[in-house]
Amino acid sequence: MRYTVPEFEVERNLQRCISCGACVRQCSYGVHYFDDDGKTVLADESKCVACHRCATICPTHAIKIKAFEMAYKTHFNWTPQAQQEILKQAETGGVLLSGMSNNKPYPIYWDKILLNASQVTNPSIDPLREPMEIRTFLGRKPKKLTFSADGSLATRLEPQVQLETPIMFSAMSFGSISINAQKSLAMAAKELGTLFNTGEGGLHPALRDFRDYAVVQVASGRFGVHKAYLEGSRFIEIKIGQGAKPGIGGHLPGEKVTVEVSNARMIPEGSDAISPAPHHDIYSIEDLRQLIWSLKEATQYKKPVAVKIAAVHNCSAIVSGVARAGADIIVMDGFRGGTGAAPTRIRDNVGIPIELALAAVDQRLRDESIRNTVSLVAAGSFRNSADVVKAIALGADAVYVASAPLIAMGCHMCQQCHTGKCNWGIATQRPELVKRLNPEIMSQRVVNLIGAWNHEIKEMLGGMGLNSLDSLRGNRLMLRGIGLNDRELEILGIAHAGQ
Amino acid sequence: MKKVIAREEWCLNCRLCEVYCRTAHSVSGDVVRAHLREDPTPVSRITVEGDNLDSVAVNCRHCDEPACVAACITGAMQKDPETGIVTCDESRCIGCMTCLAVCPYGCIKTGKAAVKCDLCQGTGEPACVKNCPNRALVYVEVGGAAK
Amino acid sequence: MLQREGQVRIPSGCAIAAVTDRSGARFSGMDIIDCIALMHDRSNGLGGGFAAYGIYPEYRDLFAFHIFYDDNDARIKTEEFLFRHFDIETFEQIPTRKVKSIHQAPLIWRYFGVVPQSKIKKNDFDEEEYTARCVIRINNSIPGAFVFSSGKNMGAFKAVGYPEDVGEYYMLDEYKAHTWTAHGRFPTNTPGWWGGAHPFTLLDWSIVHNGEISSYDANRRYIEQFGYKCNLQTDTEVITYLFDLLVRRQGLTLETAAKILAAPEWDAIDRMPEAEREIYTALRVVYASALINGPFSILVGSKHGLLALNDRLKLRSLITAEKGTKTFFASEESAIRVICPEPEKIMAVEGGTPIFIPFAEVQD
Repeated sequence: MRYTVPEFEVERNLQRCISCGACVRQCSYGVHYFDDDGKTVLADESKCVACHRCATICPTHAIKIKAFEMAYKTHFNWTPQAQQEILKQAETGGVLLSGMSNNKPYPIYWDKILLNASQVTNPSIDPLREPMEIRTFLGRKPKKLTFSADGSLATRLEPQVQLETPIMFSAMSFGSISINAQKSLAMAAKELGTLFNTGEGGLHPALRDFRDYAVVQVASGRFGVHKAYLEGSRFIEIKIGQGAKPGIGGHLPGEKVTVEVSNARMIPEGSDAISPAPHHDIYSIEDLRQLIWSLKEATQYKKPVAVKIAAVHNCSAIVSGVARAGADIIVMDGFRGGTGAAPTRIRDNVGIPIELALAAVDQRLRDESIRNTVSLVAAGSFRNSADVVKAIALGADAVYVASAPLIAMGCHMCQQCHTGKCNWGIATQRPELVKRLNPEIMSQRVVNLIGAWNHEIKEMLGGMGLNSLDSLRGNRLMLRGIGLNDRELEILGIAHAGQ
Repeated sequence: MKKVIAREEWCLNCRLCEVYCRTAHSVSGDVVRAHLREDPTPVSRITVEGDNLDSVAVNCRHCDEPACVAACITGAMQKDPETGIVTCDESRCIGCMTCLAVCPYGCIKTGKAAVKCDLCQGTGEPACVKNCPNRALVYVEVGGAAK
Repeated sequence: MLQREGQVRIPSGCAIAAVTDRSGARFSGMDIIDCIALMHDRSNGLGGGFAAYGIYPEYRDLFAFHIFYDDNDARIKTEEFLFRHFDIETFEQIPTRKVKSIHQAPLIWRYFGVVPQSKIKKNDFDEEEYTARCVIRINNSIPGAFVFSSGKNMGAFKAVGYPEDVGEYYMLDEYKAHTWTAHGRFPTNTPGWWGGAHPFTLLDWSIVHNGEISSYDANRRYIEQFGYKCNLQTDTEVITYLFDLLVRRQGLTLETAAKILAAPEWDAIDRMPEAEREIYTALRVVYASALINGPFSILVGSKHGLLALNDRLKLRSLITAEKGTKTFFASEESAIRVICPEPEKIMAVEGGTPIFIPFAEVQD
């Protein structure tokens, strides 16, 4: 007997159900099925994950997914969820797995920070009238420029990455997501003038035309890394850690390693793809330095090299070390960052919020007078353009988003990525599911989303009396805290609202 | 002329094209009433063949030299010389279903009379195309006719 | 209680003006006082000031320190420091006239001195860097003392009051300079601290500024990485430090610095010929945080010359005119016409387009 009860309930409005069977054919979890009469649609609710594919596609909106409500004797410690998780582990003996991102009600500092606007003493700027510049450059910068006697530039700049928006798509490997999902992001990146990130999955041949818009990752499993892969990229990212699961590696189960995945990753078909927790050639900062410079050497110093770390307690010191080790771009991924699969306990309990990590790191690099030599990219859950604006005012050069474009493509945060049964064709390799995601449509939806955010960023900039994002970077006077204590304000480096 | 082209690589097998075809050809024009109240239930002119992995929506190709028109003994089946749309005048159809027998694509359906795709009377994008969630059906200009 | 400049950021509107004689001929402060007086309504009596270049020809090679003291205790401590770090040739109380509207004056002294050779040899930097550090040290660590001018053959004069009263107070009609700049302040909240009046100076940099820059904190946090400390939290202070960093310490020209502070828009850069595009792209990429955003018009005095600069959207008024060897700048055209009724040329300074007037050999 299973001790767990279903999480969700399928409510079918029989006055509206036309028995077309779309729900039956669309549910990869096998929730909906026809009764013997071939007309009545029934549901096995224990299988439902609340991905809402059925409810979304139902032409008559006859389906509602509701919480399976059970009355429990009230206990603030032993919540129904806490009990359910114990029951699951008692049944399976396994580590609890989840997809997406930290699901605990920790403070979301973005919602406790307010933006400024100009009134009287300086004018707000109308973005419909004046150019609003959001162009962003990533890469190592010198502290000063020198010119020759003839007025030409004597300083040779290290390679810079030009972006037409401060928003990039963060790493999601082919394997963790489908080729169609990745292609949609690649197409959107090209149209938007930004970059997508291959994750540790190699570059699928179908994306060869998008190499100029690709960040290629070198992670602990080194999957898919070869000379052409590195040389074909816009920049290279060494992945040390991930916000959703700091301190642990990755595991793509053999059943997801299809022929195509095996080719892209350069591993045998059907074999588990295991990315170790540490890079086994990086046991210290000086080892990281060697890898950074090896990658630069391998690409004739034409590609910036980024290092991505998870936001953890002492990230300020770590980032300072990484900057000094030669990284051109440093990516910090906060504890609300997403993942295709992570142990639930790690996902929900390890790491720190990106807001605090970013503020602390930016200040630390300034205290050491090296902030402007490296680029800082913040990741770990940006839900809207206001989050992005606040991150830039705290000190980020750019941000990475992943969950937001996935939601634009249909993701409903059911957190079942690790099962590979994604009904939206995103986190799956099953051909019948992958084909559900048409990059023609989805790239446009992602372009719409980021385009809308760009517009909103420009509106907010204009309101603050700025017409260039350059003037917002690290401009913490534009921020005020609301309902934060002195310690939090001190770490964020902002005053409280009313001050 | 503009025709409905099926792109099987994007077909989800959701069969919403059938639902919306029936609705477009119903009396009420309402998806719920068309399916639950109207008698007879309208017939879908388009049919999805296959399973979730490989499926394709099949409907009338509006051939240049339609076999159904040639075979029609009452002159109910006509190809409009201007629009190229092949339609069945249900008032003249006697239901002999010769057309059904000769159609190489199996696109004639049986209702009270022979029933087939009329490209929604040429009123713009047909309902099947408009409501396809994955652009597996597109309404595009095609140079030659499907033979 | 109202907080003093530096404890809080006080936005303000302003009037600015400058007159310079390109031949290097020196003239009294009467014109500049008349000019700024016309723009009385642009200030509110909470701050006025002047900078004058070429006023101390007899001490042209000596640093001239103008210092406010809250009390004698501050003076004694500062003098102890000054005499230890400089060879002071002469010093005196700055002569002032009694003016009804100017009160609560601090003690105002000036000192002329050179950096002892031994100090330069001992340290790894030149006399300007040495002097700048000493000034910052006094301002940061001696309570009640504030060095408000520290260049050679130039001086700043400022107070809480209307600028025309400040000019009379300091008897500027009795000084002669080849270049004068002036400032009338309209702060929106201030307890009226003399040090907070403008111009702001460091070494021979003096800046008068009208506007409120929205990029302030981005600029401040950038410049503070280079050892500067923005104690006053004013726009003028941070702009002065940016010029000091870019021109004195990094060796860029004033015009290049102006193109960093009021950078061309990307649309314009994208249309430039390749060589030019490369330079402007590099300037914007490397000095992105030095871009000044929001409304400003500034007049920058230095040993190199006088620079006028408007923000790139031209959100603040600034007019320039010429007659003979003289060039005029003012927030309002009428302020120029009151001292130069028939200029040969008069026009608005274009947004983001610096006008630079190099100083000629000064005529004594």
